Amino acid sequence: MSGLIYKIFENSNKQIDTINMATDIIIHDKKDNVGVVVIEKITPKQDCKCWIMEDDSSTDIQSMDEIPLGHKIAMIDLKEGDTILKYGHDIGKVVKSIKKGEHVHVHNVKTKKW
Amino acid sequence: MEIPKSFLGYKRENGRAGTRNHVIILPVDDISNACAEAVSNNIKGTIALPHSYGRLQFGADLELHFRTMIGTGSNPNVAAVIVIGIEPKWTKRIVDGIGKTGKPVEGFHIERTGDIGTVMKASKKAQEFVMWASEKQREECPISDLWISVKCGESDTTSGLASNPTVGNLMDKLEPLGVHLCFGETSELTGAEKVCANRGATKEASEKFMKTWSSYNDFILKEATDDLSESQPTAGNIAGGLTTIEEKAFGNFQKIGNCKFVDVLEPAEEPKKGKGLYFMDTSSAAAECVTLQAAAGFNIHLFPTGQGNIVGNPIEPVVKLTANPLTVKGMGEHIDCDVSKILSREMNLSEAGDKLIETTLKVANGRLTCAEALGHREFVMTKLYRSA
Repeated sequence: MSGLIYKIFENSNKQIDTINMATDIIIHDKKDNVGVVVIEKITPKQDCKCWIMEDDSSTDIQSMDEIPLGHKIAMIDLKEGDTILKYGHDIGKVVKSIKKGEHVHVHNVKTKKW
Repeated sequence: MEIPKSFLGYKRENGRAGTRNHVIILPVDDISNACAEAVSNNIKGTIALPHSYGRLQFGADLELHFRTMIGTGSNPNVAAVIVIGIEPKWTKRIVDGIGKTGKPVEGFHIERTGDIGTVMKASKKAQEFVMWASEKQREECPISDLWISVKCGESDTTSGLASNPTVGNLMDKLEPLGVHLCFGETSELTGAEKVCANRGATKEASEKFMKTWSSYNDFILKEATDDLSESQPTAGNIAGGLTTIEEKAFGNFQKIGNCKFVDVLEPAEEPKKGKGLYFMDTSSAAAECVTLQAAAGFNIHLFPTGQGNIVGNPIEPVVKLTANPLTVKGMGEHIDCDVSKILSREMNLSEAGDKLIETTLKVANGRLTCAEALGHREFVMTKLYRSA
């Protein structure tokens, strides 16, 4: 375990095109299999722009559900027993299979703590 | 951004540097508050630090009381101290503890004199101290004289997404420059405790952390009628999108960036292992945590918030940042550093970290924080158990 939680994008010389870079979803770490909605909500079948903060890169995803601000979206298909990774870390287990683009929350994910 | 190598601070007798130049009137116990407040009302430019405890405490709880009192008076943001207690013995113990820093300190006890006589004597000394302190000038101090503590509050998803990682970015940039750093909140790390333990710089530090966390967890298991699953995350956290206690803990944990902690401190314990990051065993209640960190000698505090915690501290300036645009809009008078542009990707983390460093240095140089301007002086002692 390297202990690296959050690798920071350090290249401050890199110019960001703020006009075309507006983002719908933020993903902390490249390893993460969920992203977080940062607009008021996303609607089913919406093509969403995602920003991976760790390396300041971009990706896209089409949503399956309506997902509100601050809530998570599955970036890949997940089956029961899989581990949810956020911040590059284990934040719980899948208790009901989840398709790419679906809402990830207390109805399909539980803590491993209790 | 090139990080400035120095700031303008007040050099103290013991070699530390302050970002503020307070003269404080410190009551030893609850019943001395009235006297302390009367003195601070008489003598302009002094601050009284009233609190609720200091009688019939014993054991580790009493030790913590003394450590917090002596540490608060010893903080380099304090130029001089008037200590007022009901009886002479405990008053003297605190005066002697603060006196080790070499700063002016004088104690007064109320028994046999009464409030009015004590207020008169203490006011004369307070006037002398505050006029002496007012001559102190800010001087250039190396940035390594900054002791920065952190704590987050009223967190929401924007905290883990952006404002906490902004503090982490600042830590990653300032740690190599030799600053002291401190994070706490033992309870809020539950769910990330093993990963946090692995961030110990030494095996000893890691083991000490696990011991501290386990002791807290044992207390929860003993006192709780249920596990934490009903209260962590809270209903509000879940509505905001947080699913598990692990997710909440890792959001909190973003504040330390990639730094490793060199030691684990008792509440209000002064760091003794030199520069670098320390973990302190604290409550997650904002005012209690900041009060303990200030008592350990930290001279500037960074406080990321989501929904808008408004806490301040009488001696340690509390710099608030948020990434929640609604918080900036609705209660901007509490926010010193707005990093909400991260969410719209108009700012990256490194830029946000730079902005926070700029704000921190302005405050270190003397700019008032929002909490200072608004009069937030929450001084809250941590109590371990009931008194005798």
